[in-house]
Amino acid sequence: MPLPGVTGYFSNFNIFSPVMTANVLTEQEIHCYHCGETCLNKKIHTEEKIFCCEGCKMVYSILNQSELCDYYNLNDNPGINQRIKVRGDKFAFLDDEKIKRELISFEDDQQIHVTFYLPQMHCSSCLYLLENLHRLNAGVISSKVNFTRKESEIVFIKEKTSLRKVAETLTSIGYEPYISLNDLKEKRPAIDRSMVYQLGVAGFAFGNIMLMSFPEYLGIDSTEVGLLNMFRWANFGLAIPVLLYSALPFYISSWKSLKHKFLNIDAPIALAVIITFIRSAFEVISGTGGGYFDSMTGIVFFMLAGRILQDKTYRQLSFERDYTSYFPIAISVIKDGQEIPTTLPDIKPGDTLLIHNEELIPADGILTRGKAFIDYSFVTGESLPVQKEMGEIVYAGGKQTEGNIEILVVKEVTQSYLTKLWNRDEFKQQEEINTTSFVHLLSRYFTYIVFAIAAGTVIYWQLHDPSRVWPAMTSIFIIACPCALFLSNTFTNGNILRILGRNRLYMRNAQTIEDMSRATHIVFDKTGTLTSTQEQDIVYDGIELNQEQLQLTAAISDQSNHPLSKALARHIGRKTAMDIQDFREVPGQGIEGRIGGEMIRLGSASFVTGQAIPQKGTSVFVRLGDTVYGHFSFSNHYREAIPALIHDLKKEYRLSVLSGDNTAEQETLQKLMGKNTTLLFHQKPEDKLQYIRFLQEQGEKVMMIGDGLNDAGALKQSDIGVAVAEQTNNFTPSSDAIIEAKQLSLLTRFIRLCRANRNIVVASFVMSIVYNVIGLYFAVQGTLSPVIAAILMPSSSLSILLLTYGSSSLIAKRLKL
Amino acid sequence: MSVIIILMIASISIAALFLIAFLWGVKSGQFEDDFSPSSRILFEDKPASTKTV
Repeated sequence: MPLPGVTGYFSNFNIFSPVMTANVLTEQEIHCYHCGETCLNKKIHTEEKIFCCEGCKMVYSILNQSELCDYYNLNDNPGINQRIKVRGDKFAFLDDEKIKRELISFEDDQQIHVTFYLPQMHCSSCLYLLENLHRLNAGVISSKVNFTRKESEIVFIKEKTSLRKVAETLTSIGYEPYISLNDLKEKRPAIDRSMVYQLGVAGFAFGNIMLMSFPEYLGIDSTEVGLLNMFRWANFGLAIPVLLYSALPFYISSWKSLKHKFLNIDAPIALAVIITFIRSAFEVISGTGGGYFDSMTGIVFFMLAGRILQDKTYRQLSFERDYTSYFPIAISVIKDGQEIPTTLPDIKPGDTLLIHNEELIPADGILTRGKAFIDYSFVTGESLPVQKEMGEIVYAGGKQTEGNIEILVVKEVTQSYLTKLWNRDEFKQQEEINTTSFVHLLSRYFTYIVFAIAAGTVIYWQLHDPSRVWPAMTSIFIIACPCALFLSNTFTNGNILRILGRNRLYMRNAQTIEDMSRATHIVFDKTGTLTSTQEQDIVYDGIELNQEQLQLTAAISDQSNHPLSKALARHIGRKTAMDIQDFREVPGQGIEGRIGGEMIRLGSASFVTGQAIPQKGTSVFVRLGDTVYGHFSFSNHYREAIPALIHDLKKEYRLSVLSGDNTAEQETLQKLMGKNTTLLFHQKPEDKLQYIRFLQEQGEKVMMIGDGLNDAGALKQSDIGVAVAEQTNNFTPSSDAIIEAKQLSLLTRFIRLCRANRNIVVASFVMSIVYNVIGLYFAVQGTLSPVIAAILMPSSSLSILLLTYGSSSLIAKRLKL
Repeated sequence: MSVIIILMIASISIAALFLIAFLWGVKSGQFEDDFSPSSRILFEDKPASTKTV
């Protein structure tokens, strides 16, 4: 489920994409100068600029005063819609010393450094404005944006401004900093760039050693012994940092795997690197040859490049989110009639919390004041807000949608119904050694064979010519390291990850590709995955409304921000701007307003007709003047691409659908999914997890496709969890992969590409064995000269690189990805 | 012969300079955000000094 579910806390979070609306300009429509949304009328304006709401106008006037209007020149309508106002004291918690200490990264007598996550950032205008923050707030010294991470590092003077004021300045121009409970935890580790450094060092050594090996290969004049020795020693010197620094990742990885009594592909590689170095060093010291330093550094260089390509993750996305990323950092606790901002971990049972409109409920509690309309869609998958009366229990994770409420906490945040799911022990697994990939299995057989050949060669030469035992054995290890397999694997994975990323399916890591190709059972979540939460199917039932009456209905419903009104207005398609008087919104009931003297009422049966009429599903009744005309019924809208996708998947996979919703749509769904699909309704998060486990116990490899917090447990439990996001900037629960909702239709093709991955790796492995056999032919005889190694190594590496890259790109092209 | 030694030292030092430049570039995060610098250069008015006081 996309954001609407939790927008309360992340208000105006990326849902309003101004970029999209700018494309549909028509002549009659007026667009807001700030955010580009269609304006109802020309009422809100400055001299010549028209705005959709007071909020947008306000931002414009702030920028105008500070002469920052270049903002509007860099891009058309770059602003963020300001229709939903941010509560004035929302950032009061930033005055709290304890919270402050957790958020700031540096502090001295004069200044404070802080990094804010600003999810609304989307274009160069944003960059311009945010880096000119000092012109809006005199206390700010500098603001430096990292666009990829949507962060800004702000430095400000303590005496002139405060953390809260900086956050409020940002909010006033539409860039509300997003601060979640997650920020309270340990600071994010700095990005590890050591492998890139190692690659740099290896590349440096490789290039220079190649250059300085030429005299040796081309046959230097035998009178120039001194010069020859100098080149050899220079190579020796250059190879040392590669051995001791650049090759470190291979040592570490093989050591880790050996500790777990598992032979992975890195172990024979590390062995080959060390043996090559020892043999080469021995040759140089004894003056018998130049060694294989160029091959050794080359191998390390290529393999590091492959590994970096494969591990290049999408840093702007997070695959590790848990509930703390959804929950606010602090909430208002009422003590002696006063609102005190308190961090979530400090909330104790017995505290009274004040939940403002559109805020998230952070802990399980009893409703003590106000009327609750709680949107649990993100948590349970129920698509409509639930009404709760005083005295009823409200669970953490829901979002209050209308008005403020107070709740009495009964359980701590970490003990609540929802968060308990995350604190399960099986989800706390530490980084594990990857033992499942078939590549390790292949490399293991490979290693056994190499050891067998080496042993045979040693025995043979021991009997015939003992002086050749040492050169023959070392050459075998040098030539027969599974680096070709390693290269083909990393480069294929890297390329496929890149192709998938281009199609907006983002994988957590390379192992995910293999997991995806192995899945046997696909489980779908319904709400937000099969159905779209941004659209709904609307059917009208009652006395026919003419065009004019429809327009009146649309004009009224467009006034409200309620999801149903929004959907209705969109469905009818408002064409003319009208003057509306006496507009009134009754929380949980409906809306009313007067147009040209006629009273129009939209809403629930009791609000519109005065009597309760039992309804199946959701309906909005319409009354124009004194006549109740009928009602619009709302139902879930299945994504357009779903039927075709299901049709394809049905042939190869067993399918299931888990829904937190009621059985209202069972028939439609069964027709869509086919007879053999298991459909389960009223599924709690815990039930979903159990169902996945049940399938796994029957030997299925389960791919779970879901969104929302309610699927989080199932996503983690499944062999591959795919989170669906309307936009990749939206929040998704932790998963192995994130797919953009529009791309779901391509799922079968994605899976096919993942399967091709394995074939490509195996094919290039076979090719590399051909090279190895050629090399071994020389090696077993003990006649592997450095020149042959120097030709064989780069040419085999490069040809494998071309083969893997070329074939994976070709297959992607065939699949039209 | 000695001229080759000088040439070799020269070539390795130049290569080392490039290596240092590369390492510095990685460390300063030049390869991470490829959007901001290219847009930033187009802005008319310069942002405030990013140096800390």
